[in-house]
Amino acid sequence: MLFLIIKRILLGLITLFIVSLITFVGTEILPGDACTTYLERQAFGEQLEACYRRLGLNVPAYERYVSWAVNAIQGDFGYSLSGEMPIKEVLGPRIKNSLVLASAAIFIGIPIALILGIVTALWRDKLPDVAISTVTIFAMTIPEFISATLLILIIAIWLEWLPGIVIVPTDVSFLELLPNIILPVIAIAMIMTAHMARMVRSSVIQVMASEYVQMAILKGVPYWKMVFKHVLPNALLPAINVVALTIAWLLGGVVVTEVVFNYPGLGRLVIESISNRDLPTVQALAIILASIYVSINLLADLMTLMLNPRLKTLQIRK
Amino acid sequence: MTEIIQKVKNLSIGFKSKKGEEILILRNISTNIKKGETVGIVGESGSGKSTLALAMMGYVKHGLYTIGGECEFNSSNLLKMKNRDLEKIRGRKIAMIPQNAGQALTPNLKIGYQIDEALQLHSDLNEEEREQKISELLNKVRLPSPETIALRYPHELSGGQQQRVAVAMALAGTPDLLLLDEPTTGLDVTTQAHVLELLNFIAKDTGTSMVYVSHDLGAIAQVSDRIIVMYSGEIVLEGPSRDILKKPIHPYTYGLLKSIPKLSLAGLPQSMPGSQPQPGTMYRGCSFFDRCDFSEEKCKNNSPQLEYLEELNTSVRCFNYKSLMNHSQVNQTVNKIKTSLEDKEILNLSEVSISYAKQKLLDQVLNRISDDNPTVKDININIKKGETIALVGESGSGKSTILKSIAGLLRTKGGIIKFDQNRNLSSDLKERDPNDLRIIQLIFQNPDESLNPNHTVEEIIAQPLKLYFGLKSEELKKNIIDLLQKVRLGEFYMSRYPRQLSGGEKQRVAVARAFAAKPDIILCDEVTSALDVSVQAAVLNLLQQLKEDFGTTYIFVSHDLAVVRAISDRVAVLYQGRLCEVGPSKDVYQFPSHPYTEVLLGAVLEPDPDIKPKLVAEDIVEEKPPQKGCSFQGRCSRILGDICKSEIPPWQITESGNSIRCHIPLKELQKDQIN
Repeated sequence: MLFLIIKRILLGLITLFIVSLITFVGTEILPGDACTTYLERQAFGEQLEACYRRLGLNVPAYERYVSWAVNAIQGDFGYSLSGEMPIKEVLGPRIKNSLVLASAAIFIGIPIALILGIVTALWRDKLPDVAISTVTIFAMTIPEFISATLLILIIAIWLEWLPGIVIVPTDVSFLELLPNIILPVIAIAMIMTAHMARMVRSSVIQVMASEYVQMAILKGVPYWKMVFKHVLPNALLPAINVVALTIAWLLGGVVVTEVVFNYPGLGRLVIESISNRDLPTVQALAIILASIYVSINLLADLMTLMLNPRLKTLQIRK
Repeated sequence: MTEIIQKVKNLSIGFKSKKGEEILILRNISTNIKKGETVGIVGESGSGKSTLALAMMGYVKHGLYTIGGECEFNSSNLLKMKNRDLEKIRGRKIAMIPQNAGQALTPNLKIGYQIDEALQLHSDLNEEEREQKISELLNKVRLPSPETIALRYPHELSGGQQQRVAVAMALAGTPDLLLLDEPTTGLDVTTQAHVLELLNFIAKDTGTSMVYVSHDLGAIAQVSDRIIVMYSGEIVLEGPSRDILKKPIHPYTYGLLKSIPKLSLAGLPQSMPGSQPQPGTMYRGCSFFDRCDFSEEKCKNNSPQLEYLEELNTSVRCFNYKSLMNHSQVNQTVNKIKTSLEDKEILNLSEVSISYAKQKLLDQVLNRISDDNPTVKDININIKKGETIALVGESGSGKSTILKSIAGLLRTKGGIIKFDQNRNLSSDLKERDPNDLRIIQLIFQNPDESLNPNHTVEEIIAQPLKLYFGLKSEELKKNIIDLLQKVRLGEFYMSRYPRQLSGGEKQRVAVARAFAAKPDIILCDEVTSALDVSVQAAVLNLLQQLKEDFGTTYIFVSHDLAVVRAISDRVAVLYQGRLCEVGPSKDVYQFPSHPYTEVLLGAVLEPDPDIKPKLVAEDIVEEKPPQKGCSFQGRCSRILGDICKSEIPPWQITESGNSIRCHIPLKELQKDQIN
């Protein structure tokens, strides 16, 4: 078991290494570099040389990669070009904001998704299923930029209940941020919940049709006991991985929603730094997003392993 | 007059087709189950036998509904009962033992919990007493060390153990009626015989009534007092077990018994033409009319009623049963298999060993084999052109593994597989040239899975023709039609998809596909075990006919010794990937035998109440072959002692050329085995 965990962590680290290489090589291949972007028309002669020296761009690429990587491991991603401030300081509040948004969506969305999925499966083809399924399919198919815009129109502009876009400083305190996130959370949770509810529904239906559930019925197990003991533990196991991917997606920045609501999270930072050609920040973001995906998937796999007796013994025996 | 425990009255169950027609699965079924008796319900897949058993618990599957009639238990109709009331009957009064216990036990719950659940629901015992009872039940179904078994998860048990747990779970509620839905199908022959013996013991011990549903007349013969034969959703014959098996007076049962291969009779049994009509097929007359040898003009337009014959205590649905009553016994005639053996070796396996163990990195670099105890080892077989050689053994005996290696799906770890004395086939698929691939073709067990559901029959058969011979347009079509005719399917099958075919027809398409490549060797992996009994004989006959026409060599893998007896010239018995016995078919089936062959032969179930299986060895499951000595040492009842554990036994050859690998001298083996 321990061996397995170590193996998975190592594999994750290798993945991160490859991602960092790809982004580094990618940014190298792109025409121009940080200095030409920064200096614009003055990018020649003495000034350019000075800039290269200052940013340490005058050494071979592999040396830069190594020194970048060594620093990155210590949490130092260098300087952002736009504000000339350490990337660490740019990222900090953004990560916090994204976390707030993501956790709000998770705490609201996942329980609702589970309940809706289970209800629709248990009342399959009956009224609750037909009603909820219609709504979820609808919610799934509307892209979030439409639903977000509609939310702004109805709730912020017509009803004037909540602010339509987020106009707060990036490093605002949690309490001040709270009213601002309600609309983005609704927009994200809608699409996420719909997807997950559909997934849970099909998983529960599949388990309900299994021979062991039929056997439980024929054994005389009362309905709800059967649902909780025999159906749900088996049906929700595959859901763990989907939940993990959703969380990673949320943390990785829900780019479209953040842009629509002008929300100061990681997603918007991605867009901003790409359009500003702020390559060091892009690099840092790529690594951070990759580590979020890798670690959450790792966690989900380990959880599945713990909860599924079949996999557990198999691994131990190996 | 014995007490009637369950009364089925005029029961019809069906479903609505997409067109809105009502399609019947069960048609007007009436029967009674008496206290203490075991009733066997036999029929092919689709005959409605499982639906009937489930209805006896008041359970109708999703999508089906009750059209009419009732299942009366304790003078109330189960099919009209509320779920809450049914919960008090299910498991407590009527319990079910499912077909596939591996699937029917909830994977995330421990064995002990699942039995405890039944006890909690259906008894008043307190926790301590329940724990006691769980041990007692596991003991009763003869599971070793009940305390540890209770703490295991279902997947940690073998198939036979899982089935025993299912029996223990059903007994937990001390039911008055036990319903068994194919409880031994899917188990190994020896395990099957043991489970049946256990069920017989429980029936006697507890006095429970049983309804035993199966397609296997052999299993039914061992347990039932009375047999109900179902065909196309109707009861066609019902009566005392012995009479039905010895003197069946319905043409379907008669034909069925004639088409089952027997151990005592070498050669291919006669097949029954056609197949059971699909539910919803419209016909005015008897549902068996198309396939019946005894039909008359009136059978075509009038459907016979179930008629009760007082003197025989039998009900029969046939106009013509009297002509069958004159047949005193089922006189089975078989077509002797003809083999034109050329004295030419076509495939030679020498010292072949195969391992599933992954090579460690270091071993890969050094290109050496680290597994000193591979799954399959020391296989030496010479196969002559035109021969049918069968590989037999239980699951895990390595028979399919050997097939895979011959086909090139699995690389051998050692030894040489040589085709036609000069072509080396020890390599895997990637290294074989197209002609090497063409000469060996496979037919799989389950045609549902081996035929691409999105291809028409034409496309399926066209593939090898295009691939190996580059045939096009007219010529291609002509060849396909030709092949279809060879497997006795008409030209109109070309545009059909596999789902539009019956099981037997699908397997014929698979056979046609194999022959399309004009192979020298065909590997048949359990080709008849997914088929209904009445269709099995037809496929076997077809294979034999094709072999005689083309001079093909078959390597036939099967767990069914009677089928092997029917079709093969030579048999190789395998245990744990090691050969035990190789010899001409008729000699392998006679003593002296390797002790393992003796176990296998003893466990065969014949559709005859007078032939009881002989249980020679325990049905333990061994996970790995032993490091040293005889592969069968762990289960052998004739074990001599240390020599069997330390030395690999020598090959002993009988006068007729049968080779047995055992330390016991042949004479002694023979002496013991005849008694």
